[in-house]
Amino acid sequence: MPDRIHLAVALDGAGWHPAAWREPTARPTELTSAAYWRALARTADGAGLVLATIEDALSLGGRSFEPDAETRRDRARGRLDAVLLASFLAPATRRIGLVPTATTTHPEPFHLATGLQTLDHVSRGRAGVRLVAGSTAQERRNFGRRTDGPAGLPASGRVEDDPALLAAFREAGEVADVIRRLADSWEDDAIVRDLESGRFLDRERVHNVEFEGEFFSITGASIVPRSPQGQPLITALAHQTVPYRFAAEHADLVFVTPADATAVGGILGELDGRDDLRVFADLLVLVEDSRAEAEAVWARLQERAPLTTDARVVVGTSADVVDEIRALAAAGVDGVRLRPARLPADLDAIADRVVPAAAAAGILLPDEGAPTLRERLGLPRLASRYARQEVGA
Amino acid sequence: MTRRQIHLAAHFPGVNNTTVWTDPSAGSQIDFSSFEHFARTAERGFFDYLFLAEGLRLREHRGQLHDLDVAGRPNTLAILTALAAVTEHIGLVGTLNTTFNEPYELARQLGTLDLLSNGRAGWNAVTSSDAFHGANFRRGGYLDHADRYVRAAEFAALSKALWSSWRDDAIESDAENGIYLRADAIERVRHESRLFDVDAVFDVPRSPQGRPVIVQAGDSPDGRDFATQHADVIFSLHTAFDDAQQFYRDVKGRLAANGRDEDSLKILPAATFVLGDTADEARERSREIALAQVRPQTAITYLEQIWNRDLSGYDPDGPLPDLEPDTGVETAQGFAGRHAAIRARVGKLREQAAAEGLSIRELVIRLTATHTFVGTPEHVASEIDRYVQERATDGFTVVGHVTPHGLDEFTDRVVPLLQERGSFRRSYDEGATLHDLLGLPPVPSSAGVR
Repeated sequence: MPDRIHLAVALDGAGWHPAAWREPTARPTELTSAAYWRALARTADGAGLVLATIEDALSLGGRSFEPDAETRRDRARGRLDAVLLASFLAPATRRIGLVPTATTTHPEPFHLATGLQTLDHVSRGRAGVRLVAGSTAQERRNFGRRTDGPAGLPASGRVEDDPALLAAFREAGEVADVIRRLADSWEDDAIVRDLESGRFLDRERVHNVEFEGEFFSITGASIVPRSPQGQPLITALAHQTVPYRFAAEHADLVFVTPADATAVGGILGELDGRDDLRVFADLLVLVEDSRAEAEAVWARLQERAPLTTDARVVVGTSADVVDEIRALAAAGVDGVRLRPARLPADLDAIADRVVPAAAAAGILLPDEGAPTLRERLGLPRLASRYARQEVGA
Repeated sequence: MTRRQIHLAAHFPGVNNTTVWTDPSAGSQIDFSSFEHFARTAERGFFDYLFLAEGLRLREHRGQLHDLDVAGRPNTLAILTALAAVTEHIGLVGTLNTTFNEPYELARQLGTLDLLSNGRAGWNAVTSSDAFHGANFRRGGYLDHADRYVRAAEFAALSKALWSSWRDDAIESDAENGIYLRADAIERVRHESRLFDVDAVFDVPRSPQGRPVIVQAGDSPDGRDFATQHADVIFSLHTAFDDAQQFYRDVKGRLAANGRDEDSLKILPAATFVLGDTADEARERSREIALAQVRPQTAITYLEQIWNRDLSGYDPDGPLPDLEPDTGVETAQGFAGRHAAIRARVGKLREQAAAEGLSIRELVIRLTATHTFVGTPEHVASEIDRYVQERATDGFTVVGHVTPHGLDEFTDRVVPLLQERGSFRRSYDEGATLHDLLGLPPVPSSAGVR
């Protein structure tokens, strides 16, 4: 029997190619509209994909270190807050996990944590988050509170060679930690509604998190009662050593970018195989009925705005994409996250052609109706850490 | 002559003793289905907007979590955005703090809500500066009390600048020539002051209503100044008719000095209600609800917050404690009490209890469980209409006392009577924004102000 894996999709604006908004299938004036996003989410949900990530950044130019990112006029611009967008999409979808991107430098960890718990309540157990470390200079100017921060990748390209980036990853780790602590701060049965004693709450089962870190501290419990998953699914994208270590320490699921299936083994080795860490490989895909058509579209896109990416790019037919997925599955990943080059066109192709072909090939894990995203991924629903302490005491 | 039109907001039951969780019909305060039911009921009743309060920290009482009232609620922005997906017309307004947020992020979050709801977002801007709430945030209790409204006013001005920084026609989307944004599509927003140093390029396009509606709830002179400068709606606590009329005249009178017209600021005080088929039945129900809102433990706890002492030995049905309050350390931070006024407050309570012969529990009922409108639906409708026609308010923020069905009765029984009187809408206009629903002047076009 072939190795069977999950399929996910990464949603961003008009698609992952910077020239995608110029394609005839694009809807470039609707990129921040309710109808556009509802349609994308319903397509992904209907296709049975396990989760959809939503990109975000706290500046117009996104997470680009390009000096003209804020002023150039040839790129699709304007976005919505991803955590809120995911909350909007929750009632419109049934099964799909909703995994918004959140930066960890500027937002208040308390607001982020309660926002994710709320997403878990409104989606009835389908909330996740992709945490991003660091900030760009324009993000810092937009906020105007912190002048410290990375200027971009150092010349070596290695995170560990830049103290500011290393600090950003430590801060992201603290954010991941308090998201989990706050999610645990109410035990499952903290709300007692006891008419006899007149107590709504069992205060012994709600815990202040008393977190003191290098970058911030948070004293109280969450304002949000325990959500269906307990903790939201924490994810990260990792290309190199420091992010791999971050993912191994803090994430439930990591997105990686192997150059091809033969590179998977090395990455899994670097991640240092925790059993409960799910690993998804990214593929950037452009799908047409024939390779020739796909290559023609790709050539047009690349001529307009050359794309540089860490992810493997597949330009071809649905069968080509399925072959790539099969190879990654055989190499040992738990899932593949598809980045559509064009939206909605390549998402439609994924739903209409790639998913059915992958299912027919027997390489997709079927949706067996697990009640939450974590459980669908085979991850346990964790008891509150505070409840465990009581049992131990 | 056309009648003045009533504006109504629906307040989701909160985390204080107004909300009766002991009622057999009370449901979850956190399940999305409760919010969905409440929002749909308000929309069925053609309310202008749904209103949600905010939690920044769980309430404490004498150093421990307060456990007698409903506790635990969602993140305001996330739940409102989810509700945008299940409603079509009703405004979505949330309380959000100007002290523990930053303008760029809050403006983009509210901008997101505004775009996803097609122009139905609103923001109740509140301030705080205490270390108790600050302990859950990066900067702690960093802000001087005196700077609360300085920061709030600058925050609001900055937010408005960000919301209007995109031209209406910013997106040119010329695929052929590869021009997405037109020239001068987005104005850079600079704000440098003692409290802010922002040099921002906003990343959320302009919404159909230009910007979210701004609501203000504080009643201090600083709060009133903020409202007359920045707010579109005041959520006041002035509900007694004469008091309401006086407040209305005072606030509306200040608008001209700010170059604003009287209709540009709506005043919607909080109002509780109890209905009955007869006046007697309504009074009886009101009494029952008040007793549920102020249980014996609730009454003692309420006084303990003021006295800052253990009063568990006192009889709730007996007289007020003869003990003096402890003004040394504040322990009931979540209740936003300030020590300075404690002694004066205790003195006033004693006077009131003595003058009216009230026990502890009866006094606390007077203070926290006196219902604004009690009577038959006809009576309540005519009272609401009278307030509006006689310029005591522009409408009300209706507060139900049970989650999630607390608004059903009002929607089913009072709203039709307001409609019959010709004072309340019978439908929503297609595509109306929250600005439109409230009859506020349109926000000037961004392109027009360049």
